[in-house]
Amino acid sequence: MMTLEDKVRGRKVKLHDMCLRDGMHSMRHQITLDQMIAVSTGLDAAGVPLIQVTHGDGLGGSSLNYGRGLHTDKEYITAVASRMKNAVVSVLHVPGIGTLDELRMAADCGAGCVHVASHCTEADVTEQHIGLGRKLGMDTVGFLMMAHMTDVETLVAQALLMEGYGATTVYCVDSAGYMLPADVTARISALRDVLQAETEIGFHGHHNLAMGVANSIAAIGAGADRIDGSAAGFGAGAGNTPLEVFAAVCERMGIITGVDTFALMDVAEDSVLPMMAKPPRADRDSLTLGYAGVYSTFLYAAKEAEAKYGLPARDLLVELGRLKMIGGQEDMIEDTALTMAKQRGLIAADV
Amino acid sequence: MTKIRCAIIGPGNIGTDLLYKLLRSDVLEPVWMVGVDPASAGLARARELGLKTTTDGVDGLVPHVLADGVKIAFDATSAYVHPENTRKLNEVGVLMIDLTPAAIGPLCVPPVNLGTLAQGSVGNVNMVTCAGQATIPMVNAVSSVQPVEYAEIIATVSSKSIGPGTRKNIDEFTRTTSAAVESVGGAQTGKAIVVINPAEPPLMMRDTVYCETVDEPDREAITASVRAMIAEVQKYVPGYRLKNGPTFEGRKVSMFLEVEGLGDFLPTYAGNLDIMTAAGARTAEMFAHKMLDGTFALTTPDTLTKAENA
Repeated sequence: MMTLEDKVRGRKVKLHDMCLRDGMHSMRHQITLDQMIAVSTGLDAAGVPLIQVTHGDGLGGSSLNYGRGLHTDKEYITAVASRMKNAVVSVLHVPGIGTLDELRMAADCGAGCVHVASHCTEADVTEQHIGLGRKLGMDTVGFLMMAHMTDVETLVAQALLMEGYGATTVYCVDSAGYMLPADVTARISALRDVLQAETEIGFHGHHNLAMGVANSIAAIGAGADRIDGSAAGFGAGAGNTPLEVFAAVCERMGIITGVDTFALMDVAEDSVLPMMAKPPRADRDSLTLGYAGVYSTFLYAAKEAEAKYGLPARDLLVELGRLKMIGGQEDMIEDTALTMAKQRGLIAADV
Repeated sequence: MTKIRCAIIGPGNIGTDLLYKLLRSDVLEPVWMVGVDPASAGLARARELGLKTTTDGVDGLVPHVLADGVKIAFDATSAYVHPENTRKLNEVGVLMIDLTPAAIGPLCVPPVNLGTLAQGSVGNVNMVTCAGQATIPMVNAVSSVQPVEYAEIIATVSSKSIGPGTRKNIDEFTRTTSAAVESVGGAQTGKAIVVINPAEPPLMMRDTVYCETVDEPDREAITASVRAMIAEVQKYVPGYRLKNGPTFEGRKVSMFLEVEGLGDFLPTYAGNLDIMTAAGARTAEMFAHKMLDGTFALTTPDTLTKAENA
């Protein structure tokens, strides 16, 4: 029987850096243009082929619900895209949050790749957006979020919808950092069995249970072609798969990424780490995300609610998981916090 | 009491739920259900309830409009066929209540602008979107107290309550809603976000409304205005509730709503669909009252006169 090591050795995999998009969450969307430029040019020089740049919640995410960006998506994308020598700039686009006009804008500003995202069971909202991505000549990716919340068969059916709309890559996204390697293997293998041979498969991990690297290796073993991570793990929750760590592991295992691991380490250490107020870590709240299967981005608003109402963030996150809240429902964090704070007598009942 | 006779176009979930609401009305009498599919369960149900039906679309209804005294029609089909439907029915003097996202007529959110709209002799009114019906009353409740610089609404609906048409055209849904947050809600700038949640059992519709006022918000006046508006909406959607808020942080006013449907035909969690049919029925009732007391009449177009002369 082939071991995992046998399966991955010699495989070519594209790395996709998320720190200028998922990292936006931990910076509450306040990354400066200078920081963007320093990190992205460093990643480009290190040979990272794809770099995502958008508000943490994607195009059009700048809002009261998700937090306003320091700059517009247009300013960020333009600043980075104009300076890339080899890397392709990608954007996140969530139908229901961003509109087609914003996707056109991103393409005009030089974005060459789009992750069109939906919750793992709602792929049929992505048809217009995947169609437009293709029409604009973008590398168009279907991005199935919170993929732990559905079964393998449903995930495959949803991936087929995205492929049918024109997506040339489909992702299994572990938004909650909940999956274990066997979960990843089951999902990626099933996708590989059913999607067309030329359709690429991607995996996007979070490190809430410290499984980002192991899960990504499992994904490659099951047939994944693209792996998302963030330099220094800069991202929501306990961070994304730390990309420089992953690149080093790939080198050891003979997986071909084309990335200069030492140069990537330097970007992580010299450009990304200094941006962070606190390096991402599986503290009790982030760990709760992974443990309870809650959307990683909920961490920040839950911590804010804790400060405001004296309600433990962990209790709030567990309740949000119980209520089956999904990505995008940040408004329900404040709502649930108010309801719980009233129940516990922490605030007046008539608020 | 005399009732105004109505036709429903589209015997799907929305059309059927609407039918049950119209059957309860004091001033409206549903007489026609219009479809295209002979096998439609909605048409069969309408027949059982005593309505006339056709499977020839609006063309099957038009020849009967005058004889059956149809004065109001509801379009619960799609934005694509709506313009033709409204043209054909306006020509024979029928007022169109548009439940599709076509938005060719003025946008109507009953507690905000129905009174004003019913003053004119408009031939088509559009019911915006479910997210718009659920949130714009709240935006207006704040903007009627003091200027609102920015309003943002987040509508979360259960996966089961959102049909393929809306999913396929989600961009139109968010754009129509955000435009109405401005034009009807009264915000200088509006933004709409839609989330579809697949949880089982299905979650009830939830809506969050954030308003940023130009100046420091007048907490007392806004709270009173919001509560009064909730009571207004509850007149036609009893399950429209403020779960939390209004809360105030700087210039930001937050309101967290839940919309439980009546469960006429659709399940109670689908408050998003209920608020659309309830708003459509309420709008028609207002026009019906005006028709009955002689203060509203759709201008008879030339085409109708010519047809009669021929």
